[in-house]
Amino acid sequence: MAETQEILEGAMAVAHAVARCRPEVIAAYPITPQTHISEELSQIVADGDLDAEFVKVESEFGAASVVCGASAAGARTYTATSSQGLLLMNEVLWNIAGMRLPVVLACANRSLSAPLSIWCDHQDAEAIRDCGVIQLYAEDNQEACDQHLIAFKVAEDRRVLLPAMVNLDGFLLTHVFEPTIIPDQALSDQYLPPYKAVLKLDIDDPATFGAFTEPDKCMEGRWMVHDACRRSLPVIEEASAEFEKVFGRASGGLLENYKTDDAETILVAKGSISGTIKDVIDEMRDEGTKVGLMRIKTYRPWPGEAVLAALKGAKQVAVIERGGSFGAGGIMTPEVKETLYDAGLRIPVSGFCVQLGGREVPPDGIREIIDRVSSGEKQTAYEYFRLKQELLPDLVPEV
Amino acid sequence: MANKLLSTEKLSIGCVAPPGASLVNKTGAWRTQRPVFKQKDCIGCRACDLACPEGCVFGDPKKKQFDFDPDYCKGCGICAAECPVDDIDMVMEEK
Repeated sequence: MAETQEILEGAMAVAHAVARCRPEVIAAYPITPQTHISEELSQIVADGDLDAEFVKVESEFGAASVVCGASAAGARTYTATSSQGLLLMNEVLWNIAGMRLPVVLACANRSLSAPLSIWCDHQDAEAIRDCGVIQLYAEDNQEACDQHLIAFKVAEDRRVLLPAMVNLDGFLLTHVFEPTIIPDQALSDQYLPPYKAVLKLDIDDPATFGAFTEPDKCMEGRWMVHDACRRSLPVIEEASAEFEKVFGRASGGLLENYKTDDAETILVAKGSISGTIKDVIDEMRDEGTKVGLMRIKTYRPWPGEAVLAALKGAKQVAVIERGGSFGAGGIMTPEVKETLYDAGLRIPVSGFCVQLGGREVPPDGIREIIDRVSSGEKQTAYEYFRLKQELLPDLVPEV
Repeated sequence: MANKLLSTEKLSIGCVAPPGASLVNKTGAWRTQRPVFKQKDCIGCRACDLACPEGCVFGDPKKKQFDFDPDYCKGCGICAAECPVDDIDMVMEEK
C-alpha cells in the first residue's frame, strides 16, 4: 500500500507515528509545547484505534515512573514531555537507563526557567545529556515521525536495551504544519515486531530491577550503561538503513553532511535551525564561499568517528548551539573539540549560543558567524551571540 | 531464581537481582558503634525492639533479656536513646 502525504501539525503527526508503533502503555502529563502529542494519543486510545493503556498521571515524575514500571513488566511504553517536565523526569530517567528499559519518549525542546519561557532551545535535553538516554534530533516533522520508529527499534535491540528520546524543537516543529507521511501500519509492523523483554517483572519469579550494589560492583553497573550507549551507534545506523529499505525513504542515521566535502568552514548544529543554516550555505556557495553543515542527528551516543570524518578536512569549525554550560563554555562545542583533539587535530573551533528561549535566528546572523570564522577570527571564549547589552542592569547591584 | 540470566556472582543487564539479596548482603559492616545490651536493669518494655529501624533487636520481655543481630545492626543508637532505664550502652566498634 502506498503511503500518502498529509498536511499535519508536527505534534499530531508524531502522535500518529507513535500509534503505528503500537505502544502498550502510554503515560504523559501535559506541558507546552508537547501537549498536543499526548492529547492526540489519548484521543487515539479513547477512540479504540490503539490497544493501549493511557495512564493519566499527576506529574512528569509520575509519567516516567509509570513507563519505567510498565517497561519492566515487559510492555512497549511511550511518554512525551518538555522543559521543566523533562527535568522532573530526570531522576527516573537515570533509573530507566540503569535498569536498561527501552522506554521511548519525545522531548519538545523548550527553554528552562528562570526566566520563564515556553519557547525553543535545547537546554532541557542537554541537562539530561549524561544519563544514558539515547538522544536523536529532528530537523523537520517527517524526520521526527520516522525517528520514533527508529528509536523503538534501537532501544529494544538486545545489544542496546536503553531508553531513547526523540527531540523536536518546540513550536518550530511541534506547532508547524508540514506535508508529512504517517508511516503505514503494515510497514510499521514489518519494521517493528512486538517487543519481547529479556528480563521482566513476574510475580511467579520475583526479581529486583536496579538492585543495590556495594562499592565493589557499582562502577561496573554504571559502566554497562555507557557501554550499551556506545554500542548503539552501529545499531542506529543499521536501524536507519533498514528503515530506508522498508519505507523507501532515508531517515535517521548519525549525521547529515551538507556540502561538507570540500568545505573550508563547517558549521555544526542540531535540530530545526539546520534549515536556516542550509539556506545561508546555498547562498554563500553561490558567492564562492566554501562552507558546509554537519548536522547532528544522533547526539547521544556521541558519534565521534563520524564527526571526525566529517570535520577533519575543515580549516575552521563553528558550533551553533541553543544552550550553554553556565560558568563554563558550550555543550556541544567542547565535545567537537575533544573529538578533534583526541585525533591530534588543531582545527580552530568556535562556539556560539545563537538562541535561548525562542529568539529568532535570522539568516544574516548565520552569515555573520560564517564570515567571522572564515576570516580567521580566533575565539577566546564561548560566545552568547548578539547578546543585548542594552537590556542588562548593573550586574553587581548597589545596595 | 529460575532465570538463567541472573546470578549472585555477576551483575546482570539492568542490575536485576534475584530476591533475598538483603539476606545475603550483611549490611552490619557499615556500623561504627555497637549497642551493648547490659541486661541488668531491663524492665521488658520493648522500647528498643519497637524503635529499631532495621528490626534487628530481638528478645523476650518476660525474661527481660534483649540483644541485637550484628549482621544487620547499623549502630544508629536509637535503641540506647529510647531505653527508659539506660540499660543499653553504645561503644565504638573496634576490631
